[in-house]
Amino acid sequence: MALEPVVITGAGVISALGHSLETLTSALLRGESGVRYVPELEHVGGLRSRVAALVDGIDPKQIPRRFRRSMSRMSMYAYLASVQALEMGEFPEEYLANGRTGVIIGSTLGSTETSERFFADYFTDHSLERMRSGLFFQLMGHSCAANVAQSLGITGRVLAPASACATSCQAVGYAYEQIAFGRQDAILCGGADEFHPLTVATFDILHAASTAYNEDPQQASRPFDAARDGVVCGEGSGVLLLESKKSALQRGAPILAEVVGFATTSDTSSIANPDVNAMYTCMRLALEDAGIEAHELEYANAHATSTMQGDIAEVQALAQLFGDKVPVSSFKGHLGHTLAASGAIELGATVAMMRRGEIAATRNLHTIDPQCSGVSLLQRNLQISPKYVLKNNFAMGGINCTIILRSYTHD
Amino acid sequence: MTEQEVIELIDSSLAEEFELERAEMTPEANIYEDLGLDSLDTVDMVIVLEGAFKFKIREEESVRAIRTLGDIHQFVLTKVAENS
Repeated sequence: MALEPVVITGAGVISALGHSLETLTSALLRGESGVRYVPELEHVGGLRSRVAALVDGIDPKQIPRRFRRSMSRMSMYAYLASVQALEMGEFPEEYLANGRTGVIIGSTLGSTETSERFFADYFTDHSLERMRSGLFFQLMGHSCAANVAQSLGITGRVLAPASACATSCQAVGYAYEQIAFGRQDAILCGGADEFHPLTVATFDILHAASTAYNEDPQQASRPFDAARDGVVCGEGSGVLLLESKKSALQRGAPILAEVVGFATTSDTSSIANPDVNAMYTCMRLALEDAGIEAHELEYANAHATSTMQGDIAEVQALAQLFGDKVPVSSFKGHLGHTLAASGAIELGATVAMMRRGEIAATRNLHTIDPQCSGVSLLQRNLQISPKYVLKNNFAMGGINCTIILRSYTHD
Repeated sequence: MTEQEVIELIDSSLAEEFELERAEMTPEANIYEDLGLDSLDTVDMVIVLEGAFKFKIREEESVRAIRTLGDIHQFVLTKVAENS
């Protein structure tokens, strides 16, 4: 059967560097940092990292209470990003409930903050008498997806991939496949995560969180740099509106880019450590899906979280794929690691930069780690409008994910 | 507590929990049609009232008959009188 071409017609972002794709993209191109010192981390015993990239300025009351009562912060971020994506895509309201529009939005976990608040109260007397009706809806694994569908009246397929840092990259890939297969016409896809000290601790106990830049937070996240020392956690949401090209053209929607390739694989060599060959295999499969060769790529947006092992492994896999022929950068130097949201936030920003004709360099990449040599790492913004772009996200649990985008030319 | 104090505590607790406009909170107001609550909210309403008045009402049959804010006032006033 013939597959439907899939395009991106909208994108929404809630991030430490702005609450819209345009704001975020401008901040990334200016080389700004969303990372700051977080005093509350001083009170967590054993935690050494004190920095994070947090979302500011969200008024929960802009969301009607009827919908908000079942939302933790991550669902609010996902809802607000989804609304932006629909607005940017000029998506007709009457399509939301036609059964051909879906939602694929995931998070690493249900809300840890809600869970902590509940158990802090529960452990005082082991009573469930104060348990509110909204609790479960904030804790469930598909909280973001369900809340977005409920609040926007979307009646098609609802899925919630949960693969930690690869979550929203997978969400975009699964949406691409469902639309390509003709099962849905449009899907809001992406991810969301909310900051919690436990997330920082997850990396810190593995010696993978940044601890050396607590006094200089904006220097803390520095992918590929010789002086990097680990992940800086972020939060937020990224949501893309994917749509069949046929549907987008029929309704005269603005087309931002095409999704032309996707692969996701399981790396069984370790549940925690990256493997170069597994990363390479995932990227190769995505290129095969797109029907292009590696030399046709003109930019790669790396996962690169500023960890010692992960950045080296990804560079080695990229070098194996295309050597130093393709410019590579990571946005995590600006934004920290937004975890389940990172794939869709970074894809959205990449699409915006493809259209603006300027690609952001990796922030804080002053001295390239000799072990990260072999690829062309961007230390300055690059003025190009790439045709084919590769986007990686890799997650603990051995989950690898790659998306291939193609710029859209109206012809 | 006086009757007026009980009613004030009910109304202020429900207004805070459900973000209600006090002007709309008349005794005749239907909690579903006029105040916009639903079945999930009534679960939380019981918890809010139990917290405010330190009584247990979850198992009370008469809770299910409540339709108006005035019904809530009367129900709580009766419970408060029983417990005093």
